[in-house]
Amino acid sequence: MRYEAPASLDAATRLLADAGGAARVLAGGTDLLIQMRADLVEPTVLVDVKNIAEMREIAEEGGRFRLGAAVTGMEIMEHEGFNAAWPGIVDGAKLIGSIQIRGGATRGGNLCNASPAADSVPALIAADAIARIIGPDGRRAAPVEDIATAPGRTSLAAGEIVVSFDLPEREPRSGDAYLRFTPRTEMDIAVVGVGVNLALDEAGMCVAARVALGAVAERALLVDEAAAALIGTRVDDAALAALSAAASAACRPIDDKRGTKEFRIEVAGVLAERAARIALERAEQG
Amino acid sequence: MMARYHVTTTVNGDEVDFLCESDQTLLSVLRDELVMTGTKEGCGTGDCGACSVTVDGRLMCSCLVLGVEVDGKEVETIEGMADGEALHPLQQKFLEHAALQCGICTPGLLVASRALLERNPDPTETEIRYWLAGNLCRCTGYHKIVEAVADAAREMREV
Repeated sequence: MRYEAPASLDAATRLLADAGGAARVLAGGTDLLIQMRADLVEPTVLVDVKNIAEMREIAEEGGRFRLGAAVTGMEIMEHEGFNAAWPGIVDGAKLIGSIQIRGGATRGGNLCNASPAADSVPALIAADAIARIIGPDGRRAAPVEDIATAPGRTSLAAGEIVVSFDLPEREPRSGDAYLRFTPRTEMDIAVVGVGVNLALDEAGMCVAARVALGAVAERALLVDEAAAALIGTRVDDAALAALSAAASAACRPIDDKRGTKEFRIEVAGVLAERAARIALERAEQG
Repeated sequence: MMARYHVTTTVNGDEVDFLCESDQTLLSVLRDELVMTGTKEGCGTGDCGACSVTVDGRLMCSCLVLGVEVDGKEVETIEGMADGEALHPLQQKFLEHAALQCGICTPGLLVASRALLERNPDPTETEIRYWLAGNLCRCTGYHKIVEAVADAAREMREV
């Protein structure tokens, strides 16, 4: 296996194209190194993207954040401006692994590893984040919800890299939150995860919302029906009950050692309501 | 045979260079190439924290970092913790509080605890427990470890 650490996206895409599918992108390595050790993947070339400046920075341009795909969880947690604008995305970052794992693990890696339980993905979807992608045919952009398609599978073509995530301008009176259920408080994998992002008008009416569910389907789901339950309401008890029902109805989970189908469906509704209450509180403060 | 990679790095303040395979972990480089066996291998999958080191000040599991990735970086391990014969306050407090039994997790816990106290010299018990959640100990039940870290923090604040 050859190791390369190019300093530019052009060089990285060339390396990936030349390797013809036998290369892997290395960011934090917290999933890839485990898969290599278990012989689940045997790349001939490893393309370390951590020397590529565009992938490593949190940039703010005119009120819009661009989050580099190779920014680590700890770096996100330490960025004051990003915490103020997108606390729900930071909620997800805080829940992944340990301090050690957060020191290396990246948002792009969490997305492209394509676990349905990835803790940083629902809040990115709820935030309406757009993935900037580069590949052999140049650049393109895609909504985050369109990247993972099934466990371990993505819609990325061979040789494509997720470079960064574009976040929309943060409106006044908007807030987001991510909650997950795990049996333990730390070092665990989501049984259910819910990201909610909403905006209020001056009268306190919800004018925009996005709701995303993790670990209840083959990939994280954007649930329009759940968002519709909030829009045009004051996010009162009736709206939250409708949100909860819509979130549960959207689940198509599996039974596994971490939770049964029935449990996941019920908990998705409960967590959607709780996450919406936190997002509402943040919107009212913001 | 494939060429080995030549890596130049700083380990506990000393400039070090080594040769390693592309898929060789930093943990393996430390233990097998540099013969610094203070860093322990537990799970090898980033779950237990026994192999904790810092890379450019960032606490990481050295089993999830490749040796080739630390080129030009600063690595700190348990071997850099004591000042000659003088133990670091955390090491001293781990002994005083009997915060270890078999000792396999201890280097990782010490390195992780030092990283905590460097950022937060006065952590609450909750902050200590959350920070050390990625360091597993199967002997102590953690209570004495948490007490030792809090006591070391107290002492270090007074100096």
